[in-house]
Amino acid sequence: MDLTDLYRDVIVDHNRNPRNFGKLEHANRTAEGNNPLCGDRLHVFVEVEGDVIRDIRFECKGCAISTASASLMSEAVKGKRLDDVRHLFEEVHDMLTRHDAPVPADLGKLAALSGVREFPARVKCASLAWHTLNAALVKESQPVTTE
Amino acid sequence: MAANPKSAAPLDLERIRRDFPILSRQIRGKPLVYLDNGASAQRPSAVIEAEREYYERHHANVHRGVHTLSQEATDLFEGAREKVRGFLNAASTKEIVFVRGTTEAINLVAQAWGRPRLGKGDEIVITWLEHHANIVPWQQVCEQTGAGLKVVPIDRRGVVDFDAYLGMLGPKTRMVAIAHVSNALGTVLPVEKFVAAAREHGIATLVDGAQAVPHQRVDVRSLGCDFYAFSGHKLYGPTGIGVLYGREEVLDEMPPWQGGGDMILTVSFERTTYNHLPYKFEAGTPNIAGAVALGTAIDYVEGVGLDRIAAYEAGLLDYATERLSAVPGLTIVGTAPEKASLVSFVIDGVHPHDLGTILDAEGVAIRTGHHCAMPVMDFFEVPATARASFAFYNTRAEIDALVTALGRAREMLG
Repeated sequence: MDLTDLYRDVIVDHNRNPRNFGKLEHANRTAEGNNPLCGDRLHVFVEVEGDVIRDIRFECKGCAISTASASLMSEAVKGKRLDDVRHLFEEVHDMLTRHDAPVPADLGKLAALSGVREFPARVKCASLAWHTLNAALVKESQPVTTE
Repeated sequence: MAANPKSAAPLDLERIRRDFPILSRQIRGKPLVYLDNGASAQRPSAVIEAEREYYERHHANVHRGVHTLSQEATDLFEGAREKVRGFLNAASTKEIVFVRGTTEAINLVAQAWGRPRLGKGDEIVITWLEHHANIVPWQQVCEQTGAGLKVVPIDRRGVVDFDAYLGMLGPKTRMVAIAHVSNALGTVLPVEKFVAAAREHGIATLVDGAQAVPHQRVDVRSLGCDFYAFSGHKLYGPTGIGVLYGREEVLDEMPPWQGGGDMILTVSFERTTYNHLPYKFEAGTPNIAGAVALGTAIDYVEGVGLDRIAAYEAGLLDYATERLSAVPGLTIVGTAPEKASLVSFVIDGVHPHDLGTILDAEGVAIRTGHHCAMPVMDFFEVPATARASFAFYNTRAEIDALVTALGRAREMLG
């Protein structure tokens, strides 16, 4: 368990310079997520056209892991079909929670989050963005929480 | 004349640290630096041994049997109650109710004192810096009775506004429930003044002493409050045991909170008569071993000396405040002139949660998060803080280790 495995360069970079950060004015799906344990709050704004995510932005006040995870997610899902996003969600979820599951090769930069599973207290930080996106896509009206 | 705590003899830190076995643990290959005492302190061997010896030699149920073990268990349990009485300088052991912890104590008062007597328009006064355990039970009883909650504001230092408090006391105020020491900021409230003002209006008072009893001597009779609550595990005792002190006349007027065994005198299907104090509030088999070992923890703390503990911890707080203030980008949250030995802080560009993980890799344990005091976080407009909270077994070298680890965090993420 090495810290540099958790705070990989990609994660540090996405924390310092989060991509797709801010409000999305023409969003047609939004959701708010909370991680009560550490006080993280995240807003995801999505523009869905047909069955494709046309655009996505997010705002958050959170730790490096939750910010970087949201940033990496926004890059990964933009332009993707909803079915593919659901599949990606499953893969990321497995990667974060299953200790010895191999990291799928098609995850690209998202694989940088695999170090999180060695730090069980931080898994919820990494999964918050994905749960919130999921909630936005199914149009849940209640804020999601990791608890 | 009371001894000046500043002049008290220094502590034998080497001996004290040997008394706490967990302090010799390694965490991730580094010596443990335990600075999360505000969440839960560690236990000396004497406390661990007391629990073991109770189970190995004396356990049976209390207040029930005529056999030897039941008598021994009862004597130990009641002996612990007497130790708590002495520790708080309560008038009688009838005023010492064993509960699970501070949270349960406050819930007991909200439900057994508050619920039967509060009504629409009545007011309960708390402060802005309360722990959720001294907010939520009152909100619940407000919902049940139609009473309302009034919150005394704090300033940017984390000091409770006493004048605003005085302005809130009136004919509708029924209860003042305040922290003795803020767990999130470290502010020590001048509870004597707060209680005295409430008493002038005939208002009941509860003091949440969870963060106070490990650091300073508390005398409930000179304080004059109706209720005082604390937890064993923050006082170097076991988890799952705590104390509600209640003035005898007030406890006497209250109905029981929970029903069951031990809290009754007679039961028939038509009518039940309740037991005397304090057993009326102790339904079911209590945490006997926990109470016994809490008694041992009190002996241990008294042995070290609360005045010496207070003086030593004040020195640690000064040193930590000075060292942390010099860390670039670090802001201390909570700068009241009277503080217990804890420092809450934030660092530019590094979220407290990341700090917690990075410090852990250096063996340094601190608390990160909202500290069960979300209104305090909202007031200072931070989602969370990092909090280093000190006990009398901590050293300046450990504060140095904290500062070094913070440097590492800034290198990685800042």
